[in-house]
Amino acid sequence: MSSTDPPAAGFWRRFQRNRPALFALWLLGAIVAVALLAPLLYPGDPFAIVAKPFLPPFGEHLFGTDQLGRDVAAGIARGAMTSLLIGIVATVCAMLIGVVVGGAAGYFGGRTDTLLMRTTEAFQTVPAFIFAIVLVAILAPSLRSTIIAIAIVSWPPMARLVRGEFLAMKNREFVQACHSIGMSDVRVILRHILPNCASSIIVTGSLMVATAILIESGLSFLGLGDANLMSWGYLIGAGRTVLRTAWWVCAFPGIAILLTVLAINLFGEGLNDALNPRLRDAA
Amino acid sequence: MQPEPAQALLEIRNLRVDLPPGADRAHAVDDVTLTLGANEILCVVGESGSGKSVMARAVMGLLPVPRVRVGAGAIRFGGEDLTRLPEARMRELRGRDIAMIFQEPMTALNPVMTIGRQIAEVLAVHTRATERQARLRAAELLAAVKLPDPQALLDAYPHQISGGQRQRAMIAMALILGPRVLIADEPTTALDVTTQAQILALIRDLQRERRAGVLFITHDFGVVAEIADRVAVMQHGRVVETGPAKRVLAAPEHPYTKALIAAVPNLAPRPARPLEHAPVLLALRGIEKTYRARAGMFRGAGRTVHAVRGATLALRRGETLGVVGESGSGKSTLARCVARIVDADRGEVLLDGVDLRALSRRAMRPYRRRVQMVFQDPYGSLNPRQRVGDMIAEGPIVHGVAREEALRHAAELIELVGLDGRALARYPHEFSGGQRQRIGIARALALGPELLIADEPVSALDVSVQAQVLRLLADIRDRLHLSMLFITHDLRVAAQVCDTIAVMREGEVVEYGPAAELFAAPRHPYTQELFAAVPGRAWRHPTRDPQPA
Repeated sequence: MSSTDPPAAGFWRRFQRNRPALFALWLLGAIVAVALLAPLLYPGDPFAIVAKPFLPPFGEHLFGTDQLGRDVAAGIARGAMTSLLIGIVATVCAMLIGVVVGGAAGYFGGRTDTLLMRTTEAFQTVPAFIFAIVLVAILAPSLRSTIIAIAIVSWPPMARLVRGEFLAMKNREFVQACHSIGMSDVRVILRHILPNCASSIIVTGSLMVATAILIESGLSFLGLGDANLMSWGYLIGAGRTVLRTAWWVCAFPGIAILLTVLAINLFGEGLNDALNPRLRDAA
Repeated sequence: MQPEPAQALLEIRNLRVDLPPGADRAHAVDDVTLTLGANEILCVVGESGSGKSVMARAVMGLLPVPRVRVGAGAIRFGGEDLTRLPEARMRELRGRDIAMIFQEPMTALNPVMTIGRQIAEVLAVHTRATERQARLRAAELLAAVKLPDPQALLDAYPHQISGGQRQRAMIAMALILGPRVLIADEPTTALDVTTQAQILALIRDLQRERRAGVLFITHDFGVVAEIADRVAVMQHGRVVETGPAKRVLAAPEHPYTKALIAAVPNLAPRPARPLEHAPVLLALRGIEKTYRARAGMFRGAGRTVHAVRGATLALRRGETLGVVGESGSGKSTLARCVARIVDADRGEVLLDGVDLRALSRRAMRPYRRRVQMVFQDPYGSLNPRQRVGDMIAEGPIVHGVAREEALRHAAELIELVGLDGRALARYPHEFSGGQRQRIGIARALALGPELLIADEPVSALDVSVQAQVLRLLADIRDRLHLSMLFITHDLRVAAQVCDTIAVMREGEVVEYGPAAELFAAPRHPYTQELFAAVPGRAWRHPTRDPQPA
């Protein structure tokens, strides 16, 4: 427990000491920049046919063209926004559900806890990816249903984490002191318990973004993504039939996913080390 | 110069232990010279951070190297310098010639190994004893440390036996190879007072029997008075005074020793105050609280613990009622029932005639202001992510006071508890334990309570800080005319502040009466047992007891 940590003091100093995390931060910055600048770099429809099919990479088109003559680099750049957007929005939704469910279960305990946690476990019994496929299939593929599906399969671990943190916090003396002052439950939860769990929630949330991006890629790969949106998973799915003759169609979007997920994971680890220095010392 | 014991067993010469750069001082132990003779108990006394435990660990070669290591000096034992021995040789000595007992037997024992196996393991490491021999020897040792039914205990796991029994098992483990030096690092600090008395007697007897040298680390002068032949007082890594126990306790020379001894409260009650005619503020009638371990879906009924059974007490305005008891006696639960942090199952909590227990949470809110609590743990009772000023002001703000006014009042309170106004802008981690406890007191006072509940407010503090906080509490009580419900396990502390005392055991109030009467002639056998167990009860220190104003 980092009970005596300065709140956020020295956070940046500790974060900077972690070389891989710093590298990841730069990488993430670059990916976000590409996503934001994509409409300027590659104006027009990324689905448009711009050249002959199967042009090899590093020629006129940076990452070559696919079997229809679409620019792979344009697809990657425009797909970055889709991946990041879905990853972040889905994670925020999952975090909200997880914090509310886990917080209520941990704080109120008793029947509330039993009911909420059994529900959480019910969600966890179905493998996440299969569950997401089923949800998208039911909801019909679209940006919104992808986000909903990812959020619904991602919140249970967050709920369990938050419940554990709340359970540990609610018996701490400073929380009892809050009760003896006469604070309402909402105030105790929002002002006193939640800020003390924030670091674990943020760290777990940052890692969830990576998982969300992977699930989204998987869904698009299977053709369950939004048909009107370019995405990395879609690119790989479209290129898989020509993997042996035109490797670049699959390889570059794959590298993009790899780098993004790696960067987010390294960044999350860095956050963890910087926010919970005690844990690291103990390890 | 101090008289050197006839045969020196262990000689620490000019020992210096270095701390890593960036620690609050350069040396944990600085130029310490001590001699432990055979057949004596040398008590090393000091407050937290004095370096006493680090020194003990240096002797055992158990420093967390390379961060903390011996910088200079020597530790001579049997013709060898322990600071220069290779690790392999040190391992031979450890356990066989020099053994150690730790403070917390629950964490020092492996929870997934039976007691018998753990004791036998010591033999297996150092001798060629067979399993049968080892088991036999372990049983002998368990009998020697006066544990009942050694055969059954051999097969018990650490969590299945009591804290006192665990400490006895640890001692058995330390003694099995007949070491000549025993290092005991606060071995009784985690124990209840009656258990502590038994363990101290046991260590004393075993030491005499085996003519061993015992290096006994403690913070408690009561324990020193009970057990020590010689004393070394440590402050900031240095030994400031050594000498025979009798001399140091009766006529301390160094100012720090004098101050430390003066801070130990005498076991004599404060003078009685005329309170019989004051109106009753708080009346407890038949309070009961039972904890049930939650029954699982398939597990049927859970375990039940009767934390408080039928406590009936009364507290007059301006009076301090001490609730004294050992761990598990229900004293803290009782305090929490009054503060309504937990809800009593049965009984009445009457504050000025109004039963708080019957009130809904909403109806309770106006009464919250009148009953405030100071908690035990100065580290856990303050929100680490909130500024001190906000923390103190938050109570009044919740009760509808304007923010500016609440902050202004917080500034007054922080000075009332003896801290600087600048403290308001800081976070709790920037303060020492004693200062944090002052902040906790200021927070409790912010709502202008009539009843202050103090749950072991000084038990986590060093003795000199303890005296200051007790004085502060007594001072505030008198100035603000507060009534106080004071929970403690320590009869010395209770003697200092309480007008009336209730002794609790296993959830029941076994004796209840004015402090003066109770101290003069305890009636209940359990109260008598408690008094008999207070370490150094016969010792009255030379300096005048600083009575709280």
